[in-house]
Amino acid sequence: MTINEQQDAIISDFEMFTDWMDKYEYIIQLGKDLPALDEQYKVDDNLIRGCQSKVWLHADYKDGKLFFSADSDALITKGLVSLVIQALDGQPAKDIATAELYFVEKIGLKSHLSPTRSNGLLAMIKQIKMYAVAYQLKSSQN
Amino acid sequence: MFNDTITLPKPFNVADVRGDFPVLQTYVNGAPLVYFDNGATTQKPWAVLRAMEDYYTGYNSNVHRGVHTLSQQATAAYEAARETIAKYINAASVHEVVYTKGTTDSVNLVASTYGKKYVKEGDVVIISAMEHHSNIVPWQMLCEDKGATLKVIPFDENGELRMDAFKEMLDERVKLVSLTHVSNTMGTINPVKEIIALAHALNIPVMLDGAQAIAHLAVDVQDLDVDFYAFSSHKIYGPTGIGVLYGKEKWLNDIPPYQGGGDMIKTVTFAKTIYNDPPLKFEAGTPAIAESVGLGAALQYLMELDLAGMRAYEHHLNQVALEKLRTIDELRFIGNAKERNGAISFMIGNHHPTDVGELLDQQGIAVRTGHHCTQPLMDIFCIPGTVRASLTFYNTEEEVDKLVAGIKKAVIMLNK
Repeated sequence: MTINEQQDAIISDFEMFTDWMDKYEYIIQLGKDLPALDEQYKVDDNLIRGCQSKVWLHADYKDGKLFFSADSDALITKGLVSLVIQALDGQPAKDIATAELYFVEKIGLKSHLSPTRSNGLLAMIKQIKMYAVAYQLKSSQN
Repeated sequence: MFNDTITLPKPFNVADVRGDFPVLQTYVNGAPLVYFDNGATTQKPWAVLRAMEDYYTGYNSNVHRGVHTLSQQATAAYEAARETIAKYINAASVHEVVYTKGTTDSVNLVASTYGKKYVKEGDVVIISAMEHHSNIVPWQMLCEDKGATLKVIPFDENGELRMDAFKEMLDERVKLVSLTHVSNTMGTINPVKEIIALAHALNIPVMLDGAQAIAHLAVDVQDLDVDFYAFSSHKIYGPTGIGVLYGKEKWLNDIPPYQGGGDMIKTVTFAKTIYNDPPLKFEAGTPAIAESVGLGAALQYLMELDLAGMRAYEHHLNQVALEKLRTIDELRFIGNAKERNGAISFMIGNHHPTDVGELLDQQGIAVRTGHHCTQPLMDIFCIPGTVRASLTFYNTEEEVDKLVAGIKKAVIMLNK
Protein backbone atom coordinates (compact mmCIF):
# COMPACT_ATOMS: atom_id res chain seq x y z
CA MET A 1 0.00 0.00 0.00
CA THR A 2 1.14 3.52 -0.67
CA ILE A 3 1.41 6.13 2.06
CA ASN A 4 -1.93 7.65 1.08
CA GLU A 5 -3.63 4.26 0.99
CA GLN A 6 -2.30 3.64 4.50
CA GLN A 7 -3.60 7.02 5.60
CA ASP A 8 -7.02 6.35 4.09
CA ALA A 9 -7.14 3.03 5.93
CA ILE A 10 -6.41 4.81 9.21
CA ILE A 11 -9.11 7.38 8.49
CA SER A 12 -11.66 4.67 7.78
CA ASP A 13 -10.69 2.89 11.02
CA PHE A 14 -11.45 6.08 12.91
CA GLU A 15 -14.80 6.57 11.20
CA MET A 16 -16.12 3.69 13.30
CA PHE A 17 -15.82 5.70 16.49
CA THR A 18 -18.86 7.63 17.53
CA ASP A 19 -17.52 9.20 20.69
CA TRP A 20 -14.27 10.59 21.98
CA MET A 21 -13.76 7.80 24.53
CA ASP A 22 -13.75 5.05 21.91
CA LYS A 23 -11.34 7.03 19.80
CA TYR A 24 -8.94 7.73 22.65
CA GLU A 25 -9.14 4.18 23.96
CA TYR A 26 -8.12 2.98 20.51
CA ILE A 27 -5.17 5.41 20.41
CA ILE A 28 -4.13 4.38 23.93
CA GLN A 29 -4.30 0.71 22.88
CA LEU A 30 -2.14 1.46 19.83
CA GLY A 31 0.35 3.09 22.18
CA LYS A 32 0.41 0.01 24.39
CA ASP A 33 0.74 -2.34 21.40
CA LEU A 34 3.64 -0.48 19.80
CA PRO A 35 6.62 -2.83 20.04
CA ALA A 36 9.06 -1.59 22.66
CA LEU A 37 12.02 0.27 21.29
CA ASP A 38 15.21 -1.68 21.81
CA GLU A 39 16.98 -0.11 24.81
CA GLN A 40 20.12 0.46 22.73
CA TYR A 41 18.14 2.95 20.63
CA LYS A 42 16.60 4.74 23.59
CA VAL A 43 19.48 7.18 23.77
CA ASP A 44 19.78 10.94 23.68
CA ASP A 45 20.83 10.90 20.03
CA ASN A 46 17.43 9.46 19.14
CA LEU A 47 15.48 11.67 21.50
CA ILE A 48 13.09 14.23 20.09
CA ARG A 49 12.36 16.77 22.76
CA GLY A 50 8.85 18.06 22.92
CA CYS A 51 8.25 20.51 25.73
CA GLN A 52 6.03 18.06 27.59
CA SER A 53 6.46 14.53 26.32
CA LYS A 54 9.47 12.84 24.78
CA VAL A 55 9.69 10.72 21.65
CA TRP A 56 12.56 8.40 20.75
CA LEU A 57 12.88 7.50 17.10
CA HIS A 58 15.15 5.02 15.34
CA ALA A 59 15.25 4.51 11.56
CA ASP A 60 16.66 1.62 9.48
CA TYR A 61 17.26 1.83 5.76
CA LYS A 62 16.91 -1.21 3.47
CA ASP A 63 16.67 -1.31 -0.33
CA GLY A 64 15.60 2.30 -0.64
CA LYS A 65 12.97 1.91 2.05
CA LEU A 66 12.81 3.26 5.60
CA PHE A 67 11.73 1.28 8.65
CA PHE A 68 10.96 2.94 11.96
CA SER A 69 10.80 2.03 15.59
CA ALA A 70 9.85 4.53 18.24
CA ASP A 71 8.70 5.14 21.80
CA SER A 72 7.26 7.93 23.90
CA ASP A 73 6.89 8.54 27.62
CA ALA A 74 3.26 9.64 27.10
CA LEU A 75 0.75 7.02 26.06
CA ILE A 76 -1.47 9.12 23.78
CA THR A 77 1.58 10.51 22.01
CA LYS A 78 2.85 6.94 21.67
CA GLY A 79 -0.45 5.92 20.04
CA LEU A 80 -0.12 8.76 17.55
CA VAL A 81 3.51 7.82 16.93
CA SER A 82 2.25 4.32 16.17
CA LEU A 83 -0.18 5.74 13.58
CA VAL A 84 2.55 7.77 11.90
CA ILE A 85 4.68 4.62 11.71
CA GLN A 86 1.72 2.69 10.32
CA ALA A 87 1.46 5.26 7.54
CA LEU A 88 5.15 5.52 6.72
CA ASP A 89 6.88 2.29 7.71
CA GLY A 90 8.55 0.43 4.85
CA GLN A 91 7.84 3.19 2.35
CA PRO A 92 10.40 4.48 -0.14
CA ALA A 93 12.51 7.31 1.25
CA LYS A 94 11.57 9.55 -1.67
CA ASP A 95 7.84 9.13 -0.92
CA ILE A 96 8.32 9.79 2.77
CA ALA A 97 10.28 12.96 2.06
CA THR A 98 7.35 14.44 0.12
CA ALA A 99 4.45 12.83 2.03
CA GLU A 100 1.65 14.99 3.30
CA LEU A 101 0.22 13.52 6.49
CA TYR A 102 -3.40 14.56 6.19
CA PHE A 103 -4.76 11.74 8.33
CA VAL A 104 -4.02 13.47 11.64
CA GLU A 105 -6.44 16.27 10.80
CA LYS A 106 -9.03 13.87 9.35
CA ILE A 107 -9.18 11.83 12.54
CA GLY A 108 -9.76 15.00 14.56
CA LEU A 109 -6.36 15.30 16.20
CA LYS A 110 -5.07 18.28 14.26
CA SER A 111 -4.20 20.10 17.47
CA HIS A 112 -1.48 17.50 18.02
CA LEU A 113 0.37 18.92 15.06
CA SER A 114 0.29 22.44 16.41
CA PRO A 115 3.75 23.79 17.21
CA THR A 116 2.37 25.03 20.52
CA ARG A 117 1.32 21.53 21.53
CA SER A 118 4.96 20.60 22.01
CA ASN A 119 4.26 16.89 22.42
CA GLY A 120 7.02 15.76 20.10
CA LEU A 121 4.75 14.49 17.31
CA LEU A 122 5.37 17.39 14.96
CA ALA A 123 9.09 17.23 15.69
CA MET A 124 9.01 13.49 15.09
CA ILE A 125 7.45 13.89 11.65
CA LYS A 126 10.04 16.52 10.81
CA GLN A 127 12.78 14.16 11.94
CA ILE A 128 11.38 11.30 9.84
CA LYS A 129 11.39 13.54 6.78
CA MET A 130 14.94 14.60 7.49
CA TYR A 131 15.99 10.96 7.68
CA ALA A 132 14.23 10.31 4.37
CA VAL A 133 16.00 13.21 2.68
CA ALA A 134 19.35 12.20 4.17
CA TYR A 135 19.00 8.57 3.00
CA GLN A 136 17.96 9.72 -0.45
CA LEU A 137 21.07 11.88 -0.69
CA LYS A 138 23.22 9.07 0.61
CA SER A 139 21.85 6.57 -1.90
CA SER A 140 22.20 9.00 -4.81
CA GLN A 141 25.87 9.53 -3.84
CA ASN A 142 26.49 5.78 -3.82
CA MET B 1 -28.64 58.69 59.09
CA PHE B 2 -24.88 58.38 59.39
CA ASN B 3 -24.24 55.46 57.10
CA ASP B 4 -26.27 56.10 54.01
CA THR B 5 -23.15 56.75 51.91
CA ILE B 6 -21.55 53.44 52.83
CA THR B 7 -22.50 50.47 50.68
CA LEU B 8 -21.65 47.23 52.35
CA PRO B 9 -20.87 44.47 49.85
CA LYS B 10 -23.30 41.59 49.61
CA PRO B 11 -22.03 38.46 51.35
CA PHE B 12 -19.91 36.49 48.89
CA ASN B 13 -21.91 34.08 46.76
CA VAL B 14 -20.25 32.09 44.00
CA ALA B 15 -23.42 31.85 41.90
CA ASP B 16 -23.59 35.65 41.76
CA VAL B 17 -20.00 36.14 40.62
CA ARG B 18 -19.99 33.41 37.97
CA GLY B 19 -22.38 35.49 35.88
CA ASP B 20 -19.78 38.28 35.83
CA PHE B 21 -17.35 36.14 33.78
CA PRO B 22 -18.59 35.49 30.23
CA VAL B 23 -16.06 32.73 29.44
CA LEU B 24 -17.44 30.63 32.28
CA GLN B 25 -20.67 30.23 30.33
CA THR B 26 -18.95 28.54 27.36
CA TYR B 27 -18.81 24.87 26.38
CA VAL B 28 -15.65 22.95 25.53
CA ASN B 29 -15.82 19.65 23.66
CA GLY B 30 -19.54 19.56 24.28
CA ALA B 31 -19.33 20.02 28.05
CA PRO B 32 -19.72 23.18 30.16
CA LEU B 33 -16.20 24.56 30.67
CA VAL B 34 -14.56 23.74 33.98
CA TYR B 35 -11.72 26.21 34.15
CA PHE B 36 -9.01 25.10 36.57
CA ASP B 37 -6.05 26.84 34.94
CA ASN B 38 -6.27 30.06 36.92
CA GLY B 39 -2.62 29.88 37.89
CA ALA B 40 -1.73 30.38 34.23
CA THR B 41 -4.26 33.12 33.63
CA THR B 42 -7.59 34.13 35.10
CA GLN B 43 -10.82 34.92 33.27
CA LYS B 44 -12.00 38.51 32.92
CA PRO B 45 -15.21 39.96 34.34
CA TRP B 46 -17.52 42.18 32.29
CA ALA B 47 -16.36 45.14 34.39
CA VAL B 48 -12.87 44.81 32.89
CA LEU B 49 -14.06 44.21 29.34
CA ARG B 50 -16.45 47.16 29.48
CA ALA B 51 -13.86 49.51 30.99
CA MET B 52 -11.48 48.69 28.14
CA GLU B 53 -14.21 49.07 25.55
CA ASP B 54 -15.21 52.41 27.08
CA TYR B 55 -11.62 53.55 26.81
CA TYR B 56 -11.32 52.63 23.14
CA THR B 57 -14.76 53.86 22.18
CA GLY B 58 -14.86 56.96 24.35
CA TYR B 59 -11.47 58.51 25.04
CA ASN B 60 -8.63 56.57 23.39
CA SER B 61 -5.66 58.91 23.37
CA ASN B 62 -2.02 58.99 24.37
CA VAL B 63 -1.21 59.87 27.94
CA HIS B 64 0.86 62.54 29.62
CA ARG B 65 1.52 64.81 26.70
CA GLY B 66 -1.68 66.16 25.30
CA VAL B 67 -3.31 69.50 25.74
CA HIS B 68 -6.52 68.12 24.39
CA THR B 69 -9.41 66.77 26.38
CA LEU B 70 -9.16 63.13 25.36
CA SER B 71 -5.49 62.93 26.28
CA GLN B 72 -6.28 64.40 29.67
CA GLN B 73 -9.08 61.90 30.16
CA ALA B 74 -6.78 59.04 29.17
CA THR B 75 -4.07 60.32 31.51
CA ALA B 76 -6.56 60.68 34.33
CA ALA B 77 -7.79 57.11 33.80
CA TYR B 78 -4.23 55.77 33.58
CA GLU B 79 -3.28 57.50 36.82
CA ALA B 80 -6.56 56.64 38.54
CA ALA B 81 -5.83 52.97 37.86
CA ARG B 82 -2.43 53.46 39.48
CA GLU B 83 -4.16 54.87 42.55
CA THR B 84 -6.47 51.85 42.65
CA ILE B 85 -3.44 49.53 42.52
CA ALA B 86 -1.68 51.49 45.27
CA LYS B 87 -4.81 51.17 47.40
CA TYR B 88 -5.19 47.46 46.66
CA ILE B 89 -1.65 46.62 47.84
CA ASN B 90 -1.60 49.41 50.45
CA ALA B 91 1.43 51.20 49.00
CA ALA B 92 2.51 54.22 51.04
CA SER B 93 2.43 56.37 47.92
CA VAL B 94 1.09 56.13 44.40
CA HIS B 95 4.63 56.91 43.16
CA GLU B 96 5.68 53.48 44.33
CA VAL B 97 3.56 51.75 41.67
CA VAL B 98 5.38 51.23 38.37
CA TYR B 99 3.56 49.81 35.37
CA THR B 100 5.46 47.04 33.62
CA LYS B 101 4.59 44.38 31.06
CA GLY B 102 4.10 41.79 33.78
CA THR B 103 5.87 39.91 36.55
CA THR B 104 8.71 38.81 34.28
CA ASP B 105 9.32 42.38 33.17
CA SER B 106 9.22 43.57 36.78
CA VAL B 107 11.88 41.05 37.83
CA ASN B 108 14.04 41.97 34.86
CA LEU B 109 13.65 45.66 35.74
CA VAL B 110 15.00 45.13 39.25
CA ALA B 111 17.77 42.77 38.06
CA SER B 112 18.86 45.35 35.48
CA THR B 113 18.67 48.46 37.63
CA TYR B 114 19.21 47.51 41.26
CA GLY B 115 21.54 44.76 40.04
CA LYS B 116 23.53 47.17 37.92
CA LYS B 117 24.07 49.54 40.82
CA TYR B 118 24.49 47.22 43.78
CA VAL B 119 25.61 43.73 42.73
CA LYS B 120 29.36 43.40 42.31
CA GLU B 121 31.88 40.62 41.81
CA GLY B 122 31.86 38.19 44.73
CA ASP B 123 28.39 39.25 45.88
CA VAL B 124 25.47 36.88 46.35
CA VAL B 125 21.84 36.91 45.21
CA ILE B 126 19.48 34.45 46.90
CA ILE B 127 16.49 32.79 45.26
CA SER B 128 14.72 29.51 46.08
CA ALA B 129 14.43 26.09 44.47
CA MET B 130 10.72 26.61 43.79
CA GLU B 131 11.05 29.70 41.59
CA HIS B 132 9.40 30.17 38.23
CA HIS B 133 12.00 30.49 35.45
CA SER B 134 11.24 34.22 35.37
CA ASN B 135 12.66 34.57 38.87
CA ILE B 136 15.71 32.43 38.06
CA VAL B 137 17.02 33.44 34.67
CA PRO B 138 17.26 37.25 35.17
CA TRP B 139 19.35 36.66 38.30
CA GLN B 140 21.51 34.05 36.57
CA MET B 141 22.18 36.55 33.79
CA LEU B 142 23.02 39.26 36.31
CA CYS B 143 25.32 37.00 38.34
CA GLU B 144 27.08 35.78 35.22
CA ASP B 145 27.58 39.34 34.07
CA LYS B 146 28.88 40.57 37.42
CA GLY B 147 30.81 37.54 38.61
CA ALA B 148 28.36 37.16 41.50
CA THR B 149 26.96 33.92 42.93
CA LEU B 150 23.36 32.74 42.85
CA LYS B 151 22.39 30.79 45.95
CA VAL B 152 19.27 28.67 46.09
CA ILE B 153 17.20 28.02 49.23
CA PRO B 154 16.19 24.33 49.16
CA PHE B 155 12.77 23.03 50.19
CA ASP B 156 11.78 19.89 52.06
CA GLU B 157 9.67 16.93 50.90
CA ASN B 158 6.47 18.86 51.66
CA GLY B 159 7.53 21.77 49.51
CA GLU B 160 8.31 24.10 52.42
CA LEU B 161 11.43 26.26 52.38
CA ARG B 162 14.30 25.11 54.55
CA MET B 163 14.58 28.17 56.73
CA ASP B 164 17.67 26.79 58.46
CA ALA B 165 19.48 26.75 55.10
CA PHE B 166 18.25 30.25 54.33
CA LYS B 167 19.55 31.62 57.61
CA GLU B 168 22.95 30.08 56.93
CA MET B 169 23.15 31.79 53.56
CA LEU B 170 22.65 35.27 55.00
CA ASP B 171 25.79 37.32 55.32
CA GLU B 172 27.16 40.69 54.22
CA ARG B 173 27.86 39.44 50.68
CA VAL B 174 24.15 38.95 50.01
CA LYS B 175 22.83 41.93 48.06
CA LEU B 176 19.26 40.78 47.40
CA VAL B 177 16.80 38.02 48.19
CA SER B 178 14.25 37.41 45.41
CA LEU B 179 11.59 34.90 46.22
CA THR B 180 8.18 33.73 45.18
CA HIS B 181 5.39 34.62 47.60
CA VAL B 182 3.34 31.56 46.56
CA SER B 183 4.72 28.62 44.54
CA ASN B 184 3.10 28.36 41.11
CA THR B 185 3.62 24.60 41.11
CA MET B 186 3.01 23.46 44.69
CA GLY B 187 0.89 26.29 46.04
CA THR B 188 3.18 26.75 49.05
CA ILE B 189 2.74 30.09 50.78
CA ASN B 190 6.23 31.04 51.85
CA PRO B 191 6.87 32.66 55.25
CA VAL B 192 7.78 35.90 53.55
CA LYS B 193 7.32 38.16 56.57
CA GLU B 194 9.87 36.18 58.52
CA ILE B 195 12.22 36.07 55.52
CA ILE B 196 11.97 39.83 55.03
CA ALA B 197 12.60 40.49 58.73
CA LEU B 198 15.66 38.20 58.73
CA ALA B 199 17.09 39.80 55.59
CA HIS B 200 16.40 43.32 56.82
CA ALA B 201 18.28 42.56 60.01
CA LEU B 202 21.35 42.50 57.74
CA ASN B 203 20.13 45.40 55.57
CA ILE B 204 19.43 43.08 52.65
CA PRO B 205 16.45 44.11 50.52
CA VAL B 206 13.85 41.55 49.45
CA MET B 207 11.91 41.24 46.22
CA LEU B 208 8.78 39.09 46.05
CA ASP B 209 7.31 37.48 42.95
CA GLY B 210 3.64 37.91 43.72
CA ALA B 211 2.27 36.45 40.48
CA GLN B 212 0.48 33.60 42.24
CA ALA B 213 -0.24 35.43 45.48
CA ILE B 214 -1.90 38.62 44.31
CA ALA B 215 -5.25 37.07 43.37
CA HIS B 216 -5.59 34.97 46.50
CA LEU B 217 -3.94 36.71 49.45
CA ALA B 218 -4.42 40.12 51.00
CA VAL B 219 -1.11 41.68 49.97
CA ASP B 220 -0.14 44.65 52.12
CA VAL B 221 3.29 45.83 51.02
CA GLN B 222 3.73 48.08 54.05
CA ASP B 223 2.84 45.36 56.48
CA LEU B 224 5.21 42.96 54.69
CA ASP B 225 7.84 45.72 54.64
CA VAL B 226 8.88 44.30 51.26
CA ASP B 227 11.28 46.31 49.08
CA PHE B 228 10.01 45.21 45.66
CA TYR B 229 6.81 43.34 44.81
CA ALA B 230 5.97 42.12 41.29
CA PHE B 231 2.72 40.84 39.83
CA SER B 232 0.84 40.46 36.54
CA SER B 233 -2.55 41.90 35.74
CA HIS B 234 -3.79 38.86 33.85
CA LYS B 235 -3.48 36.66 36.92
CA ILE B 236 -5.81 38.93 38.87
CA TYR B 237 -8.70 39.11 36.38
CA GLY B 238 -7.19 41.98 34.40
CA PRO B 239 -5.91 42.04 30.81
CA THR B 240 -2.62 40.58 29.57
CA GLY B 241 0.32 42.79 28.64
CA ILE B 242 0.51 44.80 31.83
CA GLY B 243 1.82 44.22 35.31
CA VAL B 244 3.15 46.04 38.30
CA LEU B 245 6.38 46.59 40.10
CA TYR B 246 5.89 48.01 43.54
CA GLY B 247 9.10 49.51 44.90
CA LYS B 248 9.71 51.43 48.08
CA GLU B 249 10.07 55.06 47.16
CA LYS B 250 13.64 55.22 48.48
CA TRP B 251 14.66 52.42 46.10
CA LEU B 252 12.84 53.81 43.09
CA ASN B 253 14.56 57.16 43.65
CA ASP B 254 17.89 55.46 44.14
CA ILE B 255 18.14 52.92 41.32
CA PRO B 256 18.91 53.96 37.73
CA PRO B 257 16.24 53.94 35.01
CA TYR B 258 15.51 50.73 33.09
CA GLN B 259 14.82 51.68 29.48
CA GLY B 260 15.31 55.02 27.73
CA GLY B 261 12.64 56.75 25.68
CA GLY B 262 9.70 59.06 25.85
CA ASP B 263 7.86 59.71 29.10
CA MET B 264 10.75 58.82 31.35
CA ILE B 265 12.48 62.15 30.66
CA LYS B 266 11.34 65.42 32.21
CA THR B 267 9.64 67.59 29.60
CA VAL B 268 7.21 70.45 29.66
CA THR B 269 4.20 71.02 27.42
CA PHE B 270 1.94 74.04 27.29
CA ALA B 271 -0.57 72.02 29.18
CA LYS B 272 1.44 71.04 32.17
CA THR B 273 4.72 69.75 33.43
CA ILE B 274 5.40 66.08 32.95
CA TYR B 275 7.04 64.07 35.71
CA ASN B 276 10.31 62.29 35.36
CA ASP B 277 10.44 61.09 38.92
CA PRO B 278 9.37 57.59 39.77
CA PRO B 279 7.27 55.89 38.63
CA LEU B 280 7.48 57.50 35.17
CA LYS B 281 11.25 57.22 35.25
CA PHE B 282 10.67 53.50 34.61
CA GLU B 283 7.88 53.83 32.05
CA ALA B 284 9.62 54.64 28.78
CA GLY B 285 7.47 54.79 25.67
CA THR B 286 3.71 54.77 25.23
CA PRO B 287 2.38 52.49 27.95
CA ALA B 288 -0.43 49.92 27.84
CA ILE B 289 -3.16 52.46 28.51
CA ALA B 290 -6.30 50.39 27.88
CA GLU B 291 -4.72 47.59 29.90
CA SER B 292 -4.05 49.91 32.84
CA VAL B 293 -7.71 50.89 32.76
CA GLY B 294 -8.64 47.18 32.62
CA LEU B 295 -6.39 46.32 35.55
CA GLY B 296 -7.83 49.19 37.58
CA ALA B 297 -11.32 47.92 36.80
CA ALA B 298 -10.37 44.39 37.85
CA LEU B 299 -9.13 45.55 41.25
CA GLN B 300 -12.13 47.82 41.65
CA TYR B 301 -14.37 44.84 40.88
CA LEU B 302 -12.64 42.82 43.62
CA MET B 303 -12.82 45.63 46.15
CA GLU B 304 -16.56 45.87 45.61
CA LEU B 305 -16.95 42.19 46.48
CA ASP B 306 -17.02 40.85 50.02
CA LEU B 307 -13.27 40.19 49.90
CA ALA B 308 -13.08 38.49 53.29
CA GLY B 309 -15.98 36.22 52.35
CA MET B 310 -14.41 35.50 48.98
CA ARG B 311 -11.07 34.50 50.51
CA ALA B 312 -12.79 32.29 53.05
CA TYR B 313 -14.68 30.61 50.21
CA GLU B 314 -11.45 30.07 48.22
CA HIS B 315 -9.80 28.53 51.25
CA HIS B 316 -12.76 26.23 51.79
CA LEU B 317 -12.86 25.24 48.10
CA ASN B 318 -9.15 24.40 48.14
CA GLN B 319 -9.61 22.22 51.21
CA VAL B 320 -12.53 20.43 49.57
CA ALA B 321 -10.49 19.89 46.39
CA LEU B 322 -7.54 18.48 48.34
CA GLU B 323 -9.81 16.14 50.32
CA LYS B 324 -11.68 14.89 47.27
CA LEU B 325 -8.57 14.45 45.11
CA ARG B 326 -6.98 12.49 47.94
CA THR B 327 -9.63 9.77 47.47
CA ILE B 328 -8.31 8.93 43.97
CA ASP B 329 -6.22 5.75 43.84
CA GLU B 330 -2.55 6.28 43.13
CA LEU B 331 -2.85 10.08 43.29
CA ARG B 332 0.05 11.77 44.98
CA PHE B 333 0.36 15.47 45.56
CA ILE B 334 3.53 17.26 44.55
CA GLY B 335 3.78 19.67 47.45
CA ASN B 336 2.06 19.20 50.78
CA ALA B 337 2.74 22.51 52.49
CA LYS B 338 0.65 23.37 55.53
CA GLU B 339 0.14 26.92 54.31
CA ARG B 340 -1.01 26.77 50.71
CA ASN B 341 -3.20 28.43 48.13
CA GLY B 342 -3.84 28.27 44.41
CA ALA B 343 -1.92 25.53 42.64
CA ILE B 344 -2.65 21.88 43.40
CA SER B 345 -0.10 19.69 41.60
CA PHE B 346 -0.33 15.93 41.42
CA MET B 347 0.69 12.76 39.65
CA ILE B 348 -1.53 9.74 39.08
CA GLY B 349 0.55 6.59 39.38
CA ASN B 350 3.05 6.67 36.55
CA HIS B 351 0.69 8.19 34.02
CA HIS B 352 2.20 10.99 32.03
CA PRO B 353 0.60 14.33 32.99
CA THR B 354 -0.17 15.17 29.35
CA ASP B 355 -2.21 11.96 28.95
CA VAL B 356 -4.34 12.85 31.97
CA GLY B 357 -4.60 16.51 30.86
CA GLU B 358 -5.72 15.60 27.36
CA LEU B 359 -8.41 13.19 28.57
CA LEU B 360 -9.65 15.89 30.97
CA ASP B 361 -9.77 18.41 28.13
CA GLN B 362 -12.00 16.03 26.20
CA GLN B 363 -14.41 16.32 29.14
CA GLY B 364 -14.31 20.13 29.09
CA ILE B 365 -11.95 20.41 32.06
CA ALA B 366 -9.00 22.79 31.66
CA VAL B 367 -5.94 21.97 33.77
CA ARG B 368 -2.29 22.64 33.08
CA THR B 369 0.23 19.88 32.53
CA GLY B 370 3.99 20.03 32.27
CA HIS B 371 6.80 21.58 34.25
CA HIS B 372 5.01 24.93 34.82
CA CYS B 373 8.26 26.77 34.03
CA THR B 374 9.83 25.26 37.14
CA GLN B 375 12.18 22.69 35.58
CA PRO B 376 14.63 22.65 38.51
CA LEU B 377 11.70 21.74 40.80
CA MET B 378 10.71 18.84 38.50
CA ASP B 379 14.31 17.60 38.57
CA ILE B 380 14.19 17.57 42.38
CA PHE B 381 11.10 15.34 42.31
CA CYS B 382 12.43 13.34 39.30
CA ILE B 383 9.19 13.76 37.36
CA PRO B 384 8.52 15.02 33.81
CA GLY B 385 5.84 17.39 35.03
CA THR B 386 2.61 17.42 36.97
CA VAL B 387 -1.08 17.87 36.42
CA ARG B 388 -1.94 21.19 38.02
CA ALA B 389 -5.41 22.32 38.97
CA SER B 390 -5.52 25.93 40.16
CA LEU B 391 -8.81 27.07 41.57
CA THR B 392 -10.18 30.47 42.26
CA PHE B 393 -13.26 32.16 43.68
CA TYR B 394 -15.51 31.59 40.68
CA ASN B 395 -14.99 27.81 40.79
CA THR B 396 -17.46 25.54 42.56
CA GLU B 397 -17.56 22.29 44.52
CA GLU B 398 -19.60 20.82 41.69
CA GLU B 399 -16.67 21.54 39.36
CA VAL B 400 -14.32 19.85 41.80
CA ASP B 401 -16.58 16.77 41.63
CA LYS B 402 -16.36 16.89 37.83
CA LEU B 403 -12.58 17.03 38.04
CA VAL B 404 -12.45 14.03 40.35
CA ALA B 405 -14.85 12.05 38.14
CA GLY B 406 -12.92 13.16 35.05
CA ILE B 407 -9.63 11.95 36.48
CA LYS B 408 -11.18 8.61 37.45
CA LYS B 409 -12.51 8.19 33.91
CA ALA B 410 -9.10 9.08 32.44
CA VAL B 411 -7.37 6.56 34.67
CA ILE B 412 -9.79 3.79 33.68
CA MET B 413 -9.09 4.58 30.01
CA LEU B 414 -5.33 4.63 30.50
CA ASN B 415 -5.33 1.43 32.55
CA LYS B 416 -7.57 -0.58 30.22
